[in-house]
Amino acid sequence: MLAELPRKFGWPHEDNPQERLLLDPLPQEDMNRIMLRPMLKAGSGWWLVVALLSAIVLVCFVGAWAYMIRWGMGLAGIRRPVFWGVFIATMVFWIGISHSGTFVSAILRVFNAEYRRPITRAAELMTSFSLICAGMFPFIHLGRVWTVYYMIPMPNQRQLWTNFQSPLAWDLFAITTYLIGSTLYVYLPMIPDLAMARDHTTGWRHTLYKWLSLGWRGVEYEWHYLHMAIKIFAFAIIPVMFSVHTIVSWDFAMSMHIGWHSSIFGPYFVVGAIFSGVSAVITVLLVVRRTMHLEYFLRPEHFDALAKLVLIFSLAWTYFFFNDYLVEWYGGDWVGHQLLLFQARGPVAPLWYAMLLFNIAIPCLTLWNKRIRRSPIALFLITVGINIGMYLERYIIIPGFLHINNMPFDWGNYNPEWPEVSIAFGTLALFILLYTLASKFIPLIPVWEVLEGQLSHTRRRIGRTVVTSVAELE
Amino acid sequence: MAEAKQGNRWTMVIDLDKCTACQACVIACHAENNVPTVGPEQINMGRAQHWLRIERYWQGEYPDLRARYIPVLCQQCQHAPCEPVCPVFASMHSDAENINVQVYNRCVGTRYCGNNCPYLARVFNWFDPYFPEPLNEQLNPDVTVRYRGVMEKCTFCIQRIHAGADRAALEGRPLRDGDVVPACAQVCPTDAIVLGNLADEHSRIHEFVKSKRAFALLEDLGTEPAVIYLKGGESHVS
Repeated sequence: MLAELPRKFGWPHEDNPQERLLLDPLPQEDMNRIMLRPMLKAGSGWWLVVALLSAIVLVCFVGAWAYMIRWGMGLAGIRRPVFWGVFIATMVFWIGISHSGTFVSAILRVFNAEYRRPITRAAELMTSFSLICAGMFPFIHLGRVWTVYYMIPMPNQRQLWTNFQSPLAWDLFAITTYLIGSTLYVYLPMIPDLAMARDHTTGWRHTLYKWLSLGWRGVEYEWHYLHMAIKIFAFAIIPVMFSVHTIVSWDFAMSMHIGWHSSIFGPYFVVGAIFSGVSAVITVLLVVRRTMHLEYFLRPEHFDALAKLVLIFSLAWTYFFFNDYLVEWYGGDWVGHQLLLFQARGPVAPLWYAMLLFNIAIPCLTLWNKRIRRSPIALFLITVGINIGMYLERYIIIPGFLHINNMPFDWGNYNPEWPEVSIAFGTLALFILLYTLASKFIPLIPVWEVLEGQLSHTRRRIGRTVVTSVAELE
Repeated sequence: MAEAKQGNRWTMVIDLDKCTACQACVIACHAENNVPTVGPEQINMGRAQHWLRIERYWQGEYPDLRARYIPVLCQQCQHAPCEPVCPVFASMHSDAENINVQVYNRCVGTRYCGNNCPYLARVFNWFDPYFPEPLNEQLNPDVTVRYRGVMEKCTFCIQRIHAGADRAALEGRPLRDGDVVPACAQVCPTDAIVLGNLADEHSRIHEFVKSKRAFALLEDLGTEPAVIYLKGGESHVS
């Protein structure tokens, strides 16, 4: 009876071992070459992309922002009672994307998930770059950005101090901590790869990598301390990650606005952030793999594993979404009901249904299928869709919820104006630009981690079966 | 002086039975406090900069249609939601007057206070203020003109509170009821708006707030407003 099963359904865990990166080793020098080749030569396509993105950043982001600083916040579409609009929604979106790196890298590292090895660097870089984009919005949305230093707690002759009761002050410290922490966290595991790049380059690149690799030689005690430091950072960055998005959600939950004042917002936002973050990792890895020819490192098995994570977080997000909605409904408050009806039938209804389609229907109906999880085109479309859906979620929660309040006379409609759309679009271009530039300077695949994984994985014959054995690295 | 001010509780009573929604208070407030007029285009966007507005609610169906009015201004909450959310202490409770004040020079324009105000009493300076001729000739020298990027709201005409206290001090007597009349109360043709010191037992409002008709707006939120409304009847529109 049992012997029938494999004949019928195949051996689920015995895929072709050649498909798995860690069981398909190449000599170290070959791997270095695969990584360095796309880094060292920049084709005309790359220059074209960089020029185009720089132009977009200059015009849509810098230009529109300067124009808005000159004439006033009024160029945005925000109005009483919707005092926060696209800017804050986009900030929350970028903070969400920033959870990709920490989650995919730190948590998978802590749990020793072997499939993380080739994808950690690309994911961690996203954290730093998206935090740079997110960190601009608290400045952009200020009415008087030239007085932003009033928020910094420093002794001054104006006798001003930061109000530590304000969630916005918590935000400032949380984002700063996370940016510094995640930048150190992406830098530490990069040191051996920078040293590798140093040993394979000449001229100004050699000098650059010489400085960046801090004189790494690869002797035993260096590896020992590096592993220790990475382990400490991986554990320490996880609570920081949870706290950052919880604090971002508290910007809303700590207010007494109806719909925002919800105790579930902390975990709801964290789950949503990881959901959009992991999806964005897949999108970026697909693009990197295609443009930099890294098919050797980034294989279907990695996308398969990440897509499973996306499916889990789609379900978790669905749970939180319905929990938030149902509790409000059963609360029976009249204004609360108007808010729910506003989502389902009001002016944001098309966005609301699109959000449900992208975040729940599409991932839950497709990602259970192994063939879809391993298809680059399908995954690209699904994950881009998820990030559109998650952006819509932030848009509905932030300006959307503000339409409805306790004073029905003051309900009002918000429509974004071109400067805010342009600035939001400009940060997307900035993110892609930073990533495109980084792809020429930073080895996007941690080659030493892949090598380490390959050395610890062997195939052994026990009796009649061949099994994979993994050596404990610690 | 400082001792005399201590313990003042400036409170406003608005009798909805007397209010005819004539909007004179709205105009007076604009004139007294240098509140800019923003023009029809901005008003259509919902950016009318009134510190005080008359809210009108329709009740019932056509043949039996009733209109109810309520003037809404900053409620000067004793437990104000706008205060803790401001990262720079621009929204503050003033101990001397027991009202909520907005420090324009400190405001960086996060607009969090505006989102957290359940009464939507706060308005933002979306652009630099503009006073068309001849309004630019009649700006009140006692009140700052606010520039783009700061929040503002009703102050209970704090400049008149201070002027009244100074006059009383000059005459060497304690502050009496009627020394301080804010612009909205001054022009109200039906005397529906009265400002007074609740700590003063001889003030008119001291009697009003004991009325059975007295209520506070959105009382269940626990903001403890310093504006007390007296319930009114409805006016028929037919």
